[in-house]
Amino acid sequence: MDIGLNHYLVLSTILFSIGLVGVMRRKNLLMLFLATEILLNSVNIAFVAISHYYGDLTGQMFAFFVIAIAASEVAVGLGLLIVWHKRHNNIDLDTMSSMRG
Amino acid sequence: MFEAIAFYLFAFLTIIMFYIAVTTSQALYALTALAAGMIFISAFFFILGADFLGAVQIVVYSGAVMALYAFGMMFFDTTRDLKEKKGNKYIVAGLSTLAAILVVIIFSAPIVGDNIKALYPVVEGAGNTQEIGLVLFTKYLVPFEVAAVMLLVAMIAGIVLAGKKMDASLTLMSEEEIQELEKEKNKEVLS
Repeated sequence: MDIGLNHYLVLSTILFSIGLVGVMRRKNLLMLFLATEILLNSVNIAFVAISHYYGDLTGQMFAFFVIAIAASEVAVGLGLLIVWHKRHNNIDLDTMSSMRG
Repeated sequence: MFEAIAFYLFAFLTIIMFYIAVTTSQALYALTALAAGMIFISAFFFILGADFLGAVQIVVYSGAVMALYAFGMMFFDTTRDLKEKKGNKYIVAGLSTLAAILVVIIFSAPIVGDNIKALYPVVEGAGNTQEIGLVLFTKYLVPFEVAAVMLLVAMIAGIVLAGKKMDASLTLMSEEEIQELEKEKNKEVLS
């Protein structure tokens, strides 16, 4: 019943897949951001687990910086989203095709 | 034994919460489930002995990021149900392939890394917070400062993007000025 590194890696994989499904099927951009948070968090779990089982602090450092990146991403992303919502009154992904890409 | 029980309990709860956050059609449910999932993830950090990171996870994610999302949701119309993409077969196939490859890589990573040595080994006789401080302010000082500058840039960007027209104070303006402002606003909405 010992919990090893693989347990945490499997959990991280499952959470990452859930986040990936969310990114694929969400149309609303706010919900897309939530799915991105899930992706970042699942990777954080893997980093900290590896850091614990190898007795190395680098993993925790990386998780720390990932959290910092996620925080700034949310700030900028939500700011852009509010500007878009003010101008177009919706935040659906399908309507954001003004660049005809 | 208790570690195993805690791990399985929190793994179950986290997966359920994130599944709800991804699949529900109500924005408020998704936000609440995500906040709960973040707190459960901090439990893993505490189990793994990364106390500092667990505290940071609760403070930053459940405190700052979730509050930011909650404020963002107030701007948007979240009462209507969210529309979902109709499943594209190729996308689903590509997604499952990607996830399967990911599983294989993650499983094989510890086997490849059997001979790795700790670059910054855990200091004996120091708490987790102390260790983090020792490594963060010696080896990772420059990335730490860069991250600080990046957060400052993100903060200014958020203020500039979201806070337009916030310099006008409605309490200090006369009636005519307020009406003019509202007229301008209506014009912008119509255009």
